[in-house]
Amino acid sequence: MEIPAVPKEVDWREFAVEQLIRLMGVSAIGLVLLIFLFLIKEGGPALLEVPLSNLMGQRWYPTFDIYGLAPLILGSLLVTAGAIAISLPLGVATAVFIGEIAPEWVREILKPVIEIIAGIPSVVVGFIGLQIVSPLVREFTGAPTGLTALTGVFLLAYMALPTIISIAEDALDAVPQSYRNAAYALSATEWQTIWRVVLPAARPGIITAVMLGVGRAIGETMTVMMVAGNAARMPLGLDALLRPVRTMTATIAAEMGEVARGSTHYHVLFVVGLALFIVTFAINLAAAMTIFRRERGGGGRFLA
Amino acid sequence: MKIPRYTMQKIAFAIITTAAISVGIPLVLVIGYIVAQGIGALSWEFISAAPRNGMREGGIYPALVGTVWLTIGTAVTSIPLGVGAAIYLAEYAADNWFTRTIRLAIINLAGVPSVVYGLFGLGLFVIFLRFGMSILAGSLTLGIMTLPVIITTTEQALVAVPQSFRVVNASLGGTTWQGIRKVILPQALPGIMTGIILGLERAAGETAPILFTVAAFFLPRLPHSVFDQTMALPYHLFVISTQVPGMPIRIQYGTALVLMVFVLTMNLLATLIRRYYRRRRQW
Repeated sequence: MEIPAVPKEVDWREFAVEQLIRLMGVSAIGLVLLIFLFLIKEGGPALLEVPLSNLMGQRWYPTFDIYGLAPLILGSLLVTAGAIAISLPLGVATAVFIGEIAPEWVREILKPVIEIIAGIPSVVVGFIGLQIVSPLVREFTGAPTGLTALTGVFLLAYMALPTIISIAEDALDAVPQSYRNAAYALSATEWQTIWRVVLPAARPGIITAVMLGVGRAIGETMTVMMVAGNAARMPLGLDALLRPVRTMTATIAAEMGEVARGSTHYHVLFVVGLALFIVTFAINLAAAMTIFRRERGGGGRFLA
Repeated sequence: MKIPRYTMQKIAFAIITTAAISVGIPLVLVIGYIVAQGIGALSWEFISAAPRNGMREGGIYPALVGTVWLTIGTAVTSIPLGVGAAIYLAEYAADNWFTRTIRLAIINLAGVPSVVYGLFGLGLFVIFLRFGMSILAGSLTLGIMTLPVIITTTEQALVAVPQSFRVVNASLGGTTWQGIRKVILPQALPGIMTGIILGLERAAGETAPILFTVAAFFLPRLPHSVFDQTMALPYHLFVISTQVPGMPIRIQYGTALVLMVFVLTMNLLATLIRRYYRRRRQW
């Protein structure tokens, strides 16, 4: 057998490495498909076993084979909408502060602070919610319990902030300096420039920030499970915020540990997971599209 | 009446500054409060002994060890694949629809709720591949969840290496892979490490993905192999703060403090690496 010449050997290894790395790159697509596949595999039987009218119902009593998803979906929507209503103005204001107003040294402090907020484990946020926020909510609202949708809203708002701030700040940063200079040349004040020029120019990026914030809030699990009270009732009426609420994520986390594998209840929980997957998929797809439109090929930097 | 525009600016800036401060203050308060309440629970016994008496006494040693093992397992599963995928995107991939599909997939992986990763891990690793509830199943689940963070941060670090380095490599007759291995990767290493640590930090604090794949409610011995269940710090904090009646508050705060220290140390490490190398970098 002939020993291959040196350059040829290098070529062969080069080829093997390149194929391996290509495979690793492609694996991301494979993983998304794999997640989808297994959610369908485990959730599918429920769609055959449980009539659609049951799933569309307004009551969730798994013990009696009543699997109405409406209270869970509305619960998720309520806390998510509430959280975004708080974190959107707060987050954009903070991004404007960091990007446009704050002196350099304040920026150097605030950026790691926001990174740390993003890093706090959600179970710790939930624990603080139980110990500190929920007694405060009970005190100030006079609700019979502090474990309410409102408590969840406050904590989720805080958890969505890092996402919204960092993406909104990137969006402000991407507004060309010449826009600001043009406004100053027309003798606009700094605030007029921010309000009339910079913010409108950054609007697509801010919308992306909100979308990813929504995705973050709707998928959050431990915090809402710990503080929102977990009563699977339709969150309707004016006082819905002051009553316990149950989200889709909390339902999965709380009940999956106790169901028998292969039971109808088990499969329905996978259907809830499938619904969450599809919703967040759609949100992220839409967000990604707006990012791709702005900077072709990039977009990844908005995730870290 | 029209408000003078410089008065308007003062009002607006005051509101914005207040908003920014109100974002930072709860963090400082919460960390301070956890430290103040939890420091009293800390002792050598607390971090070196198993829980006793229905977890109301003793320490958190098995949970701490479990979280260390899970973090190592996450690193082993996510770093090779994540860095490989990032190298592909930064150094090999052309800008076409296929690459864009990969990027979309990564963005979507980053957005999948953590509890859905838990369901996926249960369906694939625990049941289909018959790993059972085990460190292996939990590490793989956390590893996949961490992938998008590692891929995006590593890609940024690779792209930041100036193009001239690649040109010089090619002009000396180096192949693409030789250039990556000998030039690009060493230059990008600090950035890659920062990203990896931030990804592992998030995995170490996660509860939802390990609920159905590895976490044990109470298991006072250490795991023997990757096929064993284990306790884990985040899940332990959840259990003792919601599932155990009559739990001493001191132990709850102590556990929260240890978890925070674990996670924030990793965060600090990442920040320090980034600061240090940014100052030393020649380009």
